[in-house]
Amino acid sequence: MKTYTFSIYRYNPDVDDKPHMKEYQLEVEDNQDLMVLEALIKLKEKDPTLAFRRSCREGVCGSDGMNINGKNGLACITHLSSLKSDKIVIRPLPGLPVIRDLIVDMSQFYQQYEKIKPYLINDDKTPPARERLQSPEDRAKLDGLYECILCACCSTSCPSFWWNPDKFVGPAGLLHAYRFLIDSRDTATEERLDELDDAFSVFRCHGIMNCVNVCPKGLNPTKAIGHIKSMLLSRAV
Amino acid sequence: MVNAAGTFGRSGSHDYILLRASSVIIFLFSLFMAGFFVSTADVTYANWSGLFSNVWMKVFTLLTLTAVLIHGWIGIWQVLTDYVKASGVRAFIQFVFSVGLIVVWLTGLFVLWGV
Repeated sequence: MKTYTFSIYRYNPDVDDKPHMKEYQLEVEDNQDLMVLEALIKLKEKDPTLAFRRSCREGVCGSDGMNINGKNGLACITHLSSLKSDKIVIRPLPGLPVIRDLIVDMSQFYQQYEKIKPYLINDDKTPPARERLQSPEDRAKLDGLYECILCACCSTSCPSFWWNPDKFVGPAGLLHAYRFLIDSRDTATEERLDELDDAFSVFRCHGIMNCVNVCPKGLNPTKAIGHIKSMLLSRAV
Repeated sequence: MVNAAGTFGRSGSHDYILLRASSVIIFLFSLFMAGFFVSTADVTYANWSGLFSNVWMKVFTLLTLTAVLIHGWIGIWQVLTDYVKASGVRAFIQFVFSVGLIVVWLTGLFVLWGV
């Protein structure tokens, strides 16, 4: 048996004056490797007051984003063995208000996502009868963009988003913004760029690539943001 | 679209271009001055004031001071909007830095005028 020590951020605003870290022990069979989420579920069986979000438990829904040993990630696809330590510190995603324990209020994150109009805009007067066709080359431009599951691991690891969550769109929102800017079927490119051309929305990204480092889907928001900056700058000069 | 009156440029792209362009000028001036000090064995008042009496050197220096003014203004505004949340305090610090940068520019202008 191997014993893991978990130090978990606990805060229940109805009971606690301030947040605190609580320690738990969990024994795992030597030939067994659990995901962090499975470990949390086992700990919750012992202490039902522990609160965290989870749903699909396979890295698709993006519900269980949390800070594991200092790095944001999805608990359901992070192996305990990958953490290379038997001491595991779990905190909520940084920068967002904590509702309870590991559950954060994602309102600001979603407001930024809403701002970039994450849907196809097409002003063709005569829409095709069946579907808007795309060439394989144009479709390929969406790869690496559409896969984002909005888990918020990237945006909450970004200092620019911590300091200005009301003004800087953040890596997740900007990845989606570029997904629609580059879509051959979208006709609102200019309007979308107009909305982004201020000193905060895009340009507060200084390219430190924390977002790339933590993305559980292996996406590259910094590259997408670079493309948006190029589109804005080529319009400006 | 976020409105920001405190910065120097008219838009995010304008700020971005001003920052990059001004940094190129500051880099070239630094490179030139480093070259001057390396190639001049004995820096005396005569060759120092001789260098700055050239019209092209006055223009180059004033251009660099203008670049410092713009670069500093935008840079300090970006740092302050990240780290200073109280708008009154932020406005005061921005005021102090902006006035300081203008004072540096004007001082440079009058010094160059007198050479």
